[in-house]
Amino acid sequence: MDIGNLLGFSLEQALGPTAIIYCLAAIGLNVHFGYTGLLNFGQAGFMLVAGYSVGGAVTIFSSSLWIGLVVGLLLCVVLALLLGIPTLRLRADYLAIVTIAAAEIIRQTIGAASFSSTFGGQDGITDFIGGFRAANPYTERVDLGLVQWSAYDAWVMTVGWSLVAVCCLLIWLLMRSPWGRVLKSIREDEDAVRSLGKNVYSFKMQALVIGGVIGGLAGVMTSLRSAAVGPSFFATDVTFFAYTALLIGGAARVLGPVAGAIIFWFLINFLGSFFSQATRSELIPTWIMDSQQASLMRFIITGLGLMLLMIYRPQGIFGDRRELALDAR
Amino acid sequence: MAFLAVVAPAVPAQAAVPAAESGGRCSYEDHPEGEIHIKGCLRDERDDPPSPVEGVAVTVEDESGTVIGEDTSDANGIFDIPLEGDPLKILGQTFVVKIDESTLPDGSGLRDPDKVEVTIRFTTTGDQSVIFPIGDPLAGSSGKLVQALQLTVGGLVFSSLLAMAALGLSMIFGTTGLTNFAHGELITFGAIVAFAIDRLPGQISIGGANITVIVGVIGAFIVSAAFGWLNDAALWRPLRKRGTGVIAMMIVSIGLSLFLRNLYQYFAGAQSQNYSQYSAVTPWEIGPLLITPKEVAVFLIAMAVLLGTTALLQYTRLGKATRAVADNPALSSATGINVERVISIVWIGGAALAGLAGALLGLTQGFDYQIGFKLLLLVFAAVVLGGLGTIWGAIVGAFIIGLFTELTTLFVPAEFKFVGALLLLIVVLLIRPQGLLGRAQRVG
Repeated sequence: MDIGNLLGFSLEQALGPTAIIYCLAAIGLNVHFGYTGLLNFGQAGFMLVAGYSVGGAVTIFSSSLWIGLVVGLLLCVVLALLLGIPTLRLRADYLAIVTIAAAEIIRQTIGAASFSSTFGGQDGITDFIGGFRAANPYTERVDLGLVQWSAYDAWVMTVGWSLVAVCCLLIWLLMRSPWGRVLKSIREDEDAVRSLGKNVYSFKMQALVIGGVIGGLAGVMTSLRSAAVGPSFFATDVTFFAYTALLIGGAARVLGPVAGAIIFWFLINFLGSFFSQATRSELIPTWIMDSQQASLMRFIITGLGLMLLMIYRPQGIFGDRRELALDAR
Repeated sequence: MAFLAVVAPAVPAQAAVPAAESGGRCSYEDHPEGEIHIKGCLRDERDDPPSPVEGVAVTVEDESGTVIGEDTSDANGIFDIPLEGDPLKILGQTFVVKIDESTLPDGSGLRDPDKVEVTIRFTTTGDQSVIFPIGDPLAGSSGKLVQALQLTVGGLVFSSLLAMAALGLSMIFGTTGLTNFAHGELITFGAIVAFAIDRLPGQISIGGANITVIVGVIGAFIVSAAFGWLNDAALWRPLRKRGTGVIAMMIVSIGLSLFLRNLYQYFAGAQSQNYSQYSAVTPWEIGPLLITPKEVAVFLIAMAVLLGTTALLQYTRLGKATRAVADNPALSSATGINVERVISIVWIGGAALAGLAGALLGLTQGFDYQIGFKLLLLVFAAVVLGGLGTIWGAIVGAFIIGLFTELTTLFVPAEFKFVGALLLLIVVLLIRPQGLLGRAQRVG
């Protein structure tokens, strides 16, 4: 077992393209859950809509990635409105159930064999990334000693971390404005806010739209990272992982999701390669764990970690416990 | 490796079927070594023994959709299409075999109307045979009715299982306010326990009759009950004592779902499993309908358990206490009801119902480690449709959702059946957010 190698690989991943996806998804969830107290369990649905828009713009409409980006984010707005209208007046768990159901509806529909000529069925859409690849300013591998990335990954990371920075700045500005204070007070006591004459429903809707659009950016990054989109990239667990990342870092903190996503993806990769090496080098005998079971250990630990985190430290690493005295409403 | 192990035996088994069915008449002509043929034997399965169907056009297309071979079935119902080229090149390629439905004799059609084409992939350099079961045409007005009845039968069986799972979820929600995202894992737990008992060495029998699987299902019910108690005692009760909010508990349940689901896969593997008995049973033919004794048994057991549970809730002291706690925990505590004890019993009962549903579902269609997770959204849909926290609502909702998922396959491809049920959930929330049997003040 090579610990240095293990750490290097995990760090590479923790700063790499996939961590950015969870980071953006978690920033979106932070607006929903951290600041407004909305339980959106369908972030993967927002990601899917935007991701497929980027891919579909090129392959289906032979248009440009830019148009796909704009259309994708607009569709995220539409999706947020569609989900919000029936559920935001109801108790929190209704939004949770409806969003998780909606994400699954979209995923199963778009992955259906009946539409495979348009959306590629379970295989998804590929071959749309040419324009983005052509704009890559990096010509060779980026090598920083311990960590290194391919030229394409470095380009995706440049774009991705810039997006993360812009989103964080936006959230910081929004949440220190009076508008942001209304959101936080909705989270704390909805009825009090209502009695002050604020339109709670409208504020919740705005929060849902903004968080959904940031989730859409995560979907766009997914399409750029993989140079493909498929229904399996947007399974329900993606949303759950984004929640885990958010809760590790700390909800209701601007940089919470960023730190959380990096730590989460570091741990996932560290655990993944640790157990795979441990079984391969027979540190753990095969009768206890084979290589397939080793690949599951990280998810078992993630599930356990999410539970323990929510029970013992719901504010995460950087959060403030007083800010998360949540209850169903 | 496990994947290969599952797939490999399927090929020879498939190839053996036409020859076995026809009593030797379905024999293919030999062809020179080094050629690969796609062949099949078309039989009208209404006759006994099945009679050959002649003059049906079959084509083979390659991956780009170009027709590369065609044949018409001969007097023995055999079509045989050689593939051009080097057998090793063909290895790994996919071909689509299509049957021309219009060339079928009048009065007959494909048993599975969606299966006008079959995709095959060569994993060996041997010939591949394709089966197109031919029988009564299912299209047309009378066919639609029969089909609807047949789907209703399947839908009722599925609904009764869904109702057991939904009732458990709804009872737990009603008494604790927890929307348990790990409820699907309680369903899977039952299926896995039954499977584990089934896999124990030896078999259990009474008076010469092998009852291993029956014992497995009963065992699943009991062990699931204990698992429900453990869930409450080890996790949820301490959380309630700490005063953890409902939303925080919901996220804890997501962690639990993730944890258990991967743990199940760790121990049971990713492949779909079947129990050792009752996996292939001959259906009874009742008029035009095909009903297996297994389905009848599963339905009757599920209905008996459902009626028993609702009777308990409706008439016993404990049941009344449960409904009182669901209505208002503080007030029922003040009247001397031991709320924690009631909640503990609800968890035991809810998990036992879910586990039984899982074991019976595994019996009807096989199971894998995420059978419950796949079902979870339908259970939610059923519970919300009927009214969160209501007892009759969960059952009514489950039957609506269960029948809806099956019957929509009459009009849309089967891959959309879950989508339809989930859309129904959203539409109901728009029109009547408290659910069909819920009261309006529960929400808002």
